[in-house]
Amino acid sequence: MSKKDIIICRCEDVTLEEIHQLLERGYTNIEELKRLLRVGMGPCQGTTCMQLIQREVSKFLNIPIEEVKTQKVRPLTMGVKLNAIKEGACDES
Amino acid sequence: MILNRDLVIIGAGPSGLCAAKMAAEAGQKVLLIDRNPQLGGQLIKQTHMFFGSEKQYAKTRGFDIAKKLIDDVKKYPDLVEIWDNSTVVGLYSDKVLTVLTGETYRKVQAKAIIVATGASEKVLAFENNDLPGIYGAGAVQTLMNVYGVKPGEKIVMVGSGNIGLIVSYQLMQAGVKVLAVIEAAKVIGGYKVHASKLRRLGVDIITSCTIKKAIGKDKVEKIVTVRLNEKWEEIPGTEKEYEVDAVCIAVGLSPLTNLLAMIGCELKYVGELGGLVPVLSKDYETTIEGVYACGDASGIEEASSAMVEGYITGLAAAKKLGKVHPQYDELMVDLRKQLDILRSGPFGEKIRKGLAKLEGVKEVC
Repeated sequence: MSKKDIIICRCEDVTLEEIHQLLERGYTNIEELKRLLRVGMGPCQGTTCMQLIQREVSKFLNIPIEEVKTQKVRPLTMGVKLNAIKEGACDES
Repeated sequence: MILNRDLVIIGAGPSGLCAAKMAAEAGQKVLLIDRNPQLGGQLIKQTHMFFGSEKQYAKTRGFDIAKKLIDDVKKYPDLVEIWDNSTVVGLYSDKVLTVLTGETYRKVQAKAIIVATGASEKVLAFENNDLPGIYGAGAVQTLMNVYGVKPGEKIVMVGSGNIGLIVSYQLMQAGVKVLAVIEAAKVIGGYKVHASKLRRLGVDIITSCTIKKAIGKDKVEKIVTVRLNEKWEEIPGTEKEYEVDAVCIAVGLSPLTNLLAMIGCELKYVGELGGLVPVLSKDYETTIEGVYACGDASGIEEASSAMVEGYITGLAAAKKLGKVHPQYDELMVDLRKQLDILRSGPFGEKIRKGLAKLEGVKEVC
């Protein structure tokens, strides 16, 4: 199995190999993985990859998947142009 | 400018449409928001007839059910306002929503919110899983059944749940050759009647088998499958190659709860319901007052259950805002009974187990 050819986060092009390398260095928290690899920070905001990452962490730590905490979800759910936000705020007083 | 709306429903699939209809019937004004140009959610891609009971339109094709549900809400033009092509991009704890329609960004202050966002597809981690030609079942249905485009000529289906089986059959109907349906579990996941239809057409359904890798230069050209033992480990020497130009992944759905997570609703991981699901009262209210969730967003089930949950949630949310449906009590009793029936029997077992894990916070049958 070639772990570098298995894509976990397709938005940010993060491979299974990269996830495993960080897990082995002790980064077993999804928030840490997110900050270091940008997993879950692309256009789909983790909708696609989060369960795959949860499963890898669960296997690595040998704990049930239910106990693997997922990322903090923040607005926005998708890319919005700054101009659109600016225009939307213009007539707000 | 912040627009004021009483009840905002996010998502106009089966559950959101039913919630809108019931709320309007109770006299409640509704803003229904959907990100797609066409309302109806996944129903518009379903060319097959549904099972279940008459009340949830059994024996009717999915896209016809969508038409009926859309007609239902359009009967209330003064009460139901529809924003299509609009995505809710933010949800804030003071019940303000931010909505993007094309390039227009709007803010809405709601009094109550129903999140009926549905689900997203699960994916698989295998070698070269990013090659073009590897689709989720939803994308295959969109291409084929909405736009009339064949996704490929020779395909292997990964997953034998109802979606995998039904989409395989639809692929065959469209003239695509389905070389095999593979299933990692020991048994076929979906209804036997769907599996039998495929077998009669000569399609192999291979259990205890998974996809090991995809091979190809610019797009998928071949895949390798492998058999699995009792412990879900690959059995060396059982690899098999298929020449394909497309692969369809149908390995389940997970609730789309990102908006609920954003405003801090309590979520719990329940594998049987597809992943993280909101903790709900029996009226489908989340742990944040006035914020509701129903349909697949509250746990993966069938479209029929999503409709019934939508009706219940629409009634409950309207009541919260002071609009009590004239038949509120009778309807609630009947709808809850319908849900019990839909979740009874062997195929409802997983759902019942999942709901029990939510420890009675969501009504358990």
